[in-house]
Amino acid sequence: MPACGAWRLLLLLLAALPAFAEPIPPGARVSGFEMMGPELKALQRDDFENPAMLAVREGEQLFGAAPASGKPACAGCHGAVESLAGVAARYPAYEAESGAPVDLAGRIALCQARHQSVSPAPRESRALVALEALIALQSRGQPIAPPADSRLDAARAAGKALFGARMGQLGLACADCHDENWGKRLGGTRIPQGHPTGYPLFRLEWQATGTLQRRLRNCMTGVRAEPFAYGSAEFIALELYLRDRAAGMALDAPGVRP
Amino acid sequence: MTIARILVPKAIRKGDIVTLKAILSHPMETGYRREINGAVIARDIVRRFSCSQAGEIVFAAEFFPAIAANPFVAFTLVAGESGPLVFEWQGDHGFVHRETVMLTVEG
Repeated sequence: MPACGAWRLLLLLLAALPAFAEPIPPGARVSGFEMMGPELKALQRDDFENPAMLAVREGEQLFGAAPASGKPACAGCHGAVESLAGVAARYPAYEAESGAPVDLAGRIALCQARHQSVSPAPRESRALVALEALIALQSRGQPIAPPADSRLDAARAAGKALFGARMGQLGLACADCHDENWGKRLGGTRIPQGHPTGYPLFRLEWQATGTLQRRLRNCMTGVRAEPFAYGSAEFIALELYLRDRAAGMALDAPGVRP
Repeated sequence: MTIARILVPKAIRKGDIVTLKAILSHPMETGYRREINGAVIARDIVRRFSCSQAGEIVFAAEFFPAIAANPFVAFTLVAGESGPLVFEWQGDHGFVHRETVMLTVEG
């Protein structure tokens, strides 16, 4: 097949190049939202038609529902969900008790285990994604604000190294596409810069609302690498770096992406 | 948890053509996909949507496996009398979801 031959050639060329991807200068950063067509932008902007808002609605119900353990609901401690404005903009953050960085899903799970005495909702489960979508919505429009916490530096550096590390049978690093070749086409779609501004988001390919880590796992499968587990230290490190890379960009969660 | 959202415009006058929109959270599993071990994932779709007022159907539609998840419908209606509108979705495995919204017609 000629298409297959072209791919092989491209891969050979890529493999021959050293991995010295230049980071995107701050002025040239664009959200994946800006790269979508007008129809998808309209779908995301309309809070009625945006399918991710169904997850938000579900999150609202879960936020106010008392757990079976008899402990307070999320709203019992946090009050109105609007009090969580800005939270999604700063996670992942350092968690003192476990002495490690924790992402938003991990924080919700810790809250459920410690304060609600329930077994935490599994990663990427509908309930957890719904709560994340609700919390992310509270920070819509706010700039991504990674905490200036030196205890996160090691994980952030590990994330940066992962971003530049070749992986999988195709031997591609995140940076090969998202720093070096963003804006070009891969198959039918435009390669975005990979800024995590819209998560959790409704992805048409998934026909469901999902998190950044689900997207990262898709990318890893795409380069024929074995994906990291949900909530693994590698993903949290990578998320920390991605947040740092996108610092100051406005959140547009819950998004819609192709 | 099934979530339905319905949009009914406000300030409607008698005789107006009004656009109603409804979206339902539903996976619309086609029945053509397989899970990781090769077993077919059973079809689970919404088969029929209807909207009725005072027991009379004002709009109905049949859905098929090619319809995306979270089916969205928008349809028009000539505003007559005020009264509750019943939105009903029926699907596989005995799925039924019903929502009632008020249609308020002024003048």
